[in-house]
Amino acid sequence: MSAPGAADRTEARRPTELTLVKAINAGLRAALERDRTVLVMGEDVGRLGGVFRVTDGLQKDFGEDRVVDTPLAESGLIGTAIGLALRGYRPICEIQFDGFVYPAFDQIVSQLAKMPYRSRGALRLPVVIRIPYGGGIGAVEHHSESPEAYFAHTAGLRVVTCATPEDGYWMVQQAVESDDPVVVLEPKRRYWESAPVDVTAAPVPLHRARVVRSGRLVTIVCYGPTVRTALDAAAAAGAEGIGVEVVDLRSLSPLDVATVEESVRRTGRLVVVHEAPVFLGLGAELAARVTERCFHDLEAPVLRVGGFHLPYPPARMEDAYLPDLDRVLDAVDRVLAF
Amino acid sequence: MSESSRDRRGVLAEEASFRGEPVQLLTPDGRRRSHPDVVVGMDDGEILAAYRDMVLVRRFDEEATALQRQGELGLWVSSLGQEATQVATARALRSQDVVFPTYREHGIAWCRGIDPVAVLGPFRGISHGGWDPREHGVHLYTLVIGAQTLHATGYAMGVQRDGAVGTGDPTRDTAVLAYFGDGASSEGDVSEALGHAAVFNAPVVFVCQNNQWAISVPAERQSRVPLHRRSQGFGFPGLRVDGNDLLAVHAVTTAALDRARAGDGPTLIEAFTYRMAAHTTSDDPTRYRSEAEVEQWRGRDPVARVERYLVDRGLADEDSLAAVRAEGDALAERIRRECTALPDPDPETMFEHVYRDPHPLVAEERSWFAAYRASFLDDEVGG
Ligand SMILES: Cc1ncc(C[n+]2csc(CCOP(=O)(O)OP(=O)(O)O)c2C)c(N)n1
Ligand SMILES: [Mg+2]
Repeated sequence: MSAPGAADRTEARRPTELTLVKAINAGLRAALERDRTVLVMGEDVGRLGGVFRVTDGLQKDFGEDRVVDTPLAESGLIGTAIGLALRGYRPICEIQFDGFVYPAFDQIVSQLAKMPYRSRGALRLPVVIRIPYGGGIGAVEHHSESPEAYFAHTAGLRVVTCATPEDGYWMVQQAVESDDPVVVLEPKRRYWESAPVDVTAAPVPLHRARVVRSGRLVTIVCYGPTVRTALDAAAAAGAEGIGVEVVDLRSLSPLDVATVEESVRRTGRLVVVHEAPVFLGLGAELAARVTERCFHDLEAPVLRVGGFHLPYPPARMEDAYLPDLDRVLDAVDRVLAF
Repeated sequence: MSESSRDRRGVLAEEASFRGEPVQLLTPDGRRRSHPDVVVGMDDGEILAAYRDMVLVRRFDEEATALQRQGELGLWVSSLGQEATQVATARALRSQDVVFPTYREHGIAWCRGIDPVAVLGPFRGISHGGWDPREHGVHLYTLVIGAQTLHATGYAMGVQRDGAVGTGDPTRDTAVLAYFGDGASSEGDVSEALGHAAVFNAPVVFVCQNNQWAISVPAERQSRVPLHRRSQGFGFPGLRVDGNDLLAVHAVTTAALDRARAGDGPTLIEAFTYRMAAHTTSDDPTRYRSEAEVEQWRGRDPVARVERYLVDRGLADEDSLAAVRAEGDALAERIRRECTALPDPDPETMFEHVYRDPHPLVAEERSWFAAYRASFLDDEVGG
């Protein structure tokens, strides 16, 4: 894959500091440059550049035909993206906020996910759905949700989530190159955090988990917005001599269980952290799979830290709802004390 | 349809609804205008009262914007410029009528006796609602675009089943008012609501506040025909009214509500207005619209228009206008005081009302959470 604005090669070779927003923007730009069939579509993505400015400047540079302000209709957005994909295009759809994906649920779950199967492979639907997700920004209702389990539960969809600007840059490009539909979840509360993005190094494969900190005693598996939280907790535990390994899952469907398993075999303890409600969340699936595969290596039951079984609460209570450093450390203590 | 209800239709008659020109009874410079099908339904006292409502709602909105800027609210959604439509439609309601708003209808909330401080709750992040919908006949604000139009239609179908339409009893016959925006008109839910309302002849009036913008997307991106014509295809009347004209909006809404209460079915009113402020306090409209456009609409201000009318008619003077403004300042002062004093909710209350009946998982998580929090207090006490 080529670098964005690769005119100055030496400049491009040096990793640049980018916010997650800017990194995804650069990834979209690269995808639009590389392949004329790539389209960006959604509510307010054109003139405004998206409510988070992820698509800033793209309409100006690629035109209204390729960067499309759609009518306000999510079912319409995904449904027409399916039609465009049937005609050979590769649409990248933006859902404005997590809580507004549900009007498109039928198009995603019953149409997009199933059409390739129904056609016995005759049809391919390379549709990408980008969704800013998760809480922690003090937002009003429906702007802080974590709907990943619905999509990961749906056969036919691939689901990935970035935790860093570099992953943000690459994942959207890898997603658009996939011939399967891919849901890309973007942790909106990390949108403004910066980190170096190396646009020349080979990207990590789309569905590979990554050990982002090593440690001997406990494995924390996390993804998206909670990777930062888990790393902070691991640093705090490390200061007390407790070695915590942190695995950024990156892909929620398929799951890279092998990487998780390899870590858990060494540490013997697993804590899964996500913002989504614990009940029937990704943590439940990981707990089951790890227990099936590493039962004799486990020193303690797999613990889960996540949201509670309630609608996402009003913003002034979200700090109590979201897994934070203390909640993660509490689980680390418990898994060690078992 | 009976002859009497046909008469009542007036402007809602099919011929009238396709004239295209928005119904207007008060020009931007405050002069009365006559219309072949529509008569003013407010007397001078009511116009004065509605004027006061508009001024107070505007002052409330201004204060809420300031509170957001100062960090007391997480977000504010301004109703600036849409006061005439909101106050006029609310004032056309009878007490038994029920409203399903979007998230911008602060004028409705005000006219229906909801304390502005309660309206601020969700924007401050302390609640998802703020008032008891049954007490005020105003459903909670709905942020998911368009969804409430179906709820309104279903509610109206219930009204119908209760026999609360077409009895001729003015205290019993009930109408439902559903609001949505120009952007919302593209959502499937809204089309489905129009369809259901039509085939069931539901006593619902749809008010589309076409404020020209859905965040950064202009109304032309939502529809190639004027929005009021949508209802035609579903089989019921629609019309466009000058949404910045208190008298016209009140008159056409009164007629539409009468029609619904009489059992003659739904109506779509497109109130042609303008969102004078940013979409929300998070938005930057300079990225997508011109100051010239805003300036043009400033000349059609709904409040100034009524003010001119009142002064010209000798119904108000500098002193009485100043008195209303002072009342607004006092209201703003109270809103500020009470809003900033609103305590954050006890986080444990987030586990309440998830279900009506006991639920073991919620109970389990709640007690875990309580014990977890208590462990921090113990730490503090124990040093
Ligand atoms: C289903 C859904 N999709 C997207 C959004 C994000 N959003 C909030 S307001 C808005 C524009 C609404 O425009 P319009 O219906 O004209 O109402 P207005 O805000 O102008 O009053 C959008 C896209 C949402 N709240 N709900
Ligand atoms: Mg609008």
